[in-house]
Amino acid sequence: MSPDHKALLAALRQSDPKLSRFDPLPRIITFDDFDQGFCGWTQLVGNYEHTLDAMLPGYAQHSMAMLSTLPQWDFGSHGSFDGTYALKLASKPRKGAQNVTVKRLTFRKRGPLRLEFYFTFKPEASEMRLSETDVRSIGLLYDFQTGDQDKDGARVMPHLRFLNALDGEHLQKWQFKRHTTEVLPIGTENKTISHYHLAPQDWEDLPGGAQKLCYNEIPTKINWHYVCFDFDLETMQATGFRCNDRVFDVSGYEPIRMPAMRNLWCMLNLAFFVETDVAKRANLYIDSICLSGDF
Amino acid sequence: MLIQSQAAVIARNETWSGAVATEPHEVGWAREAIIFVRALHDAKGNPGRAEVEISPDGIRWVPEGTSFALPEKADGVTFARVAHFGTWLRVSAKLPDGASLVVLVTLHLKG
Repeated sequence: MSPDHKALLAALRQSDPKLSRFDPLPRIITFDDFDQGFCGWTQLVGNYEHTLDAMLPGYAQHSMAMLSTLPQWDFGSHGSFDGTYALKLASKPRKGAQNVTVKRLTFRKRGPLRLEFYFTFKPEASEMRLSETDVRSIGLLYDFQTGDQDKDGARVMPHLRFLNALDGEHLQKWQFKRHTTEVLPIGTENKTISHYHLAPQDWEDLPGGAQKLCYNEIPTKINWHYVCFDFDLETMQATGFRCNDRVFDVSGYEPIRMPAMRNLWCMLNLAFFVETDVAKRANLYIDSICLSGDF
Repeated sequence: MLIQSQAAVIARNETWSGAVATEPHEVGWAREAIIFVRALHDAKGNPGRAEVEISPDGIRWVPEGTSFALPEKADGVTFARVAHFGTWLRVSAKLPDGASLVVLVTLHLKG
């Protein structure tokens, strides 16, 4: 891209109030503003064959994301970052319950990817107390697989979560994981497998990854936070991560890596998850998302 | 612009017995909804009826006034149509002692 083209592109994007709060790479792959609808964000359903009973319990608990006005019992709708609706992902009210929403794409080029989004999280405001340790974690994950002609065929699943609290302890730190659970066959036709990559074990602290976010002062007030996560599909390594004013060192970051699977070539899945630390629903809200690439 | 539409599975392969309810679902963007309950297996006993409920806050629930019979045979489907429901919807039921039903509940929204 010529310097003139680059400057023109930056000017055009900065003149658009919706895009000017992002710093996308040259090609915007998807820009999801939830005032426009669900934008392809759906439920992460688990694998099964012949019967739904075959689904692993971690997946069976998942449910559909919603379009939310962030309504609260004490003052009404909070509204989204720049409009009426945000994407809302809610766990069930059981300690350790998780939920995941996913967007399923494939990639055109193995190169740099940048994911930017604004998020906030809160527990269901069913008690008149601060409840700041009720949400256990929120996070993001990618699910990639190399192209069918690539020599280094692999499935790669970068995970990154903000561990807010665990067993009531307010920990507030970013973590990653490089291991999933055992890969189990599903059904009898030798075509489907499953593993639960969001199992509670094997999370590791991102070095220097402690961060205090803006929770606000009662359980119904929210503030939006910015995240930018850079990952290179060519090297399958994280290349950058920031949240609000903090830029983190990702040199110690590793994704989950596993052998390539038979039906997932060029997969680019993007997912967000939420987990509750108590018997109360935990809610993750997102508005909006910009995924961009250097191609 | 075309209207928004969504099909949401709100209970999948769940065994209902006694007092049950689906998770709170935020539907303030929609003007109308159809709720389908599909039986994944034959019911044990007579499962009775389900009620549509609405809520001021997703925490406290009141009957909307619509009720419908739950299906009794595997792959049986029953439904209810509702509109003007505010911000929240869920389905609840009180199955009689000894009755149970494995359900797939879907919510079809347009607005």
